Amino acid sequence: MSERILMCGNEALAEAAIIAGCDAYFGYPITPQNEISAYMARRMAEEGRVFIQSESELAAINMVFGASATGKRAMTSSSSPGVSLMQEGLSYMAGAELPAVVVNVMRGGPGLGNIAPSQADYFQATRGGGHGDYRAIVLGPASVQELADCMPLAFDLADQYCITVMILADGILGQMMEPVVLEPKPRRKLPPKDWALTGAKGRPQNIVRSLWLGEGVLEALNNKLQARYKQIQENEVLCEEYRVGDAEIIVVAYGIVARIARAAVDQARDEGIPVGMIRPITLWPFPSEQISRAANPSQDGHAGPFPIFLTIEMSAGQMVDDVKLAVAGKAPVLFHGRPGGGIPAVEEVIEKIRQLTIHSARR
Amino acid sequence: MEVMAKNSMKTVFKRTSVLKDCPTHYCPGCGHGIAHRLVAEVIDELGIQGRTIGIAPVGCAVLMYNYLDVDMIEVAHGRAPAVATGMKRTNPDRIVFSYQGDGDLAAIGTAEIIHAAHRAEQLTVIFINNAVFGMTGGQMAPTTMLGQVTATTPGGRQSNGQGYPLQISEILALLPGAVYVERCALSSVPRIQQAKAAIKHAFELQMQDAPGLSLVEILSPCPTYWRMSPSDAMKWIEEHMSQTFPIGRLKG
Repeated sequence: MSERILMCGNEALAEAAIIAGCDAYFGYPITPQNEISAYMARRMAEEGRVFIQSESELAAINMVFGASATGKRAMTSSSSPGVSLMQEGLSYMAGAELPAVVVNVMRGGPGLGNIAPSQADYFQATRGGGHGDYRAIVLGPASVQELADCMPLAFDLADQYCITVMILADGILGQMMEPVVLEPKPRRKLPPKDWALTGAKGRPQNIVRSLWLGEGVLEALNNKLQARYKQIQENEVLCEEYRVGDAEIIVVAYGIVARIARAAVDQARDEGIPVGMIRPITLWPFPSEQISRAANPSQDGHAGPFPIFLTIEMSAGQMVDDVKLAVAGKAPVLFHGRPGGGIPAVEEVIEKIRQLTIHSARR
Repeated sequence: MEVMAKNSMKTVFKRTSVLKDCPTHYCPGCGHGIAHRLVAEVIDELGIQGRTIGIAPVGCAVLMYNYLDVDMIEVAHGRAPAVATGMKRTNPDRIVFSYQGDGDLAAIGTAEIIHAAHRAEQLTVIFINNAVFGMTGGQMAPTTMLGQVTATTPGGRQSNGQGYPLQISEILALLPGAVYVERCALSSVPRIQQAKAAIKHAFELQMQDAPGLSLVEILSPCPTYWRMSPSDAMKWIEEHMSQTFPIGRLKG
């Protein structure tokens, strides 16, 4: 089916997960992502697959852990406070090298916060989140279509690298309705799940664990994980560069904020301001190279001016740290953020860009 | 003689192959070794070794997968019933069991076991109650007896402030989704035989698709943290522990 249908983000990602072969969904109610579990409750039953409303997010992630350990494609979804509760399970799954797909439709925090959209879980998502040295692949879609498109990618990446893939959406993306085309995507060539717990008939026992007591054994496991993370950083970065060619100001934004920033970039261009945007689609691995390249235009052979970077987030400033790391002091990195559920308006972003133009002229 | 022996003697007992041929890390007089063997023998006798998935707890039995030759997973403290739920629902033809201690099942994992039973998950749970946190150094467990001295109850457990021994099997037996709950003990040979029969029944119910959770609580000695000889520990179960945790079938 390739017809365009109108769906809200939460439902689109749920249907996309089903098309991607999700065998089991486990979740606990929390706003603003409840459409996912309601949709899954109906559709997974129709498909003869597993749906469970768990007693907590802690249980939900551990149900994912169990299903994944048997080789099934399993997922959960939640919003910020619930994802905090899942961190124990995410750490254990990282140690046990199990694939999983987790959706975080972020809301304002800290604490119970509010139910307004937010991007304040960036640190938690991109730094692993739980205890120990580990990472999850983090995808930051910016439209209902991208939400749907990133689900098959998420399941494939999870299976390929035996890692958690987190979809970092927000309350707007989850709730807003847009036309979307849902169609099966070809799967990547994936390694066999010969580690899965299926009963040891006809083969030696399989063990899934994250406890390694012998001297040096856990260090070796960590080194193996780090090598895998490096491979992911080399091969799986996704980002969009928008009107950056001659840009003297480069806006960096992801998710719904990138939609707002794109409109601001277009309007500022109409005013004659040379501005562009870099939009990370994978938040981890972060497109550091693309940003670094933009920060050093002379490397490309033509001596242009160093641009100014303006990072815009619905947070008090989290991704901006990664932008600064990528820019490495070669160019100024400024920040504009709206924490606690605030949403930047297009005019607000244009105003920030205009201020930078004055700043740039003085320079 | 040799020829005669070959013809007339038959094997009436042998070590189960489900139990690996290796030494365990358990303290002298610990009940885990006995309980492991009972589980292994039952899996062997029921012919389900090739389709069983076991869940090791956090606690002294965390390395259980080193001793049992079935597919196994080690999970976070208390979360075994949730992990087991994910496994069994996606693999209804497999036999899934968790092996959990009293800290695991009756303290940090109370919500998970109650709700697995509440949802009538078709699981088998082996619950080892030794009235103490063993691996971390003998702290108070929810099932610690009143007056019992532990690392965190140096004056003996007092109900005022430290609560009463938690009879979680009695709580679970109240739930419609728990089809079978029995409390056994490892304090004598007849009790061990009884425990084996209960474990076998709990596995058989899952094989028969009984509509809910089966749980066998096993009162198990911890001479190290009870500060007793192994034989005194067995007596303590009989004379003392079984007064608070009555042995017998609670449900089903």
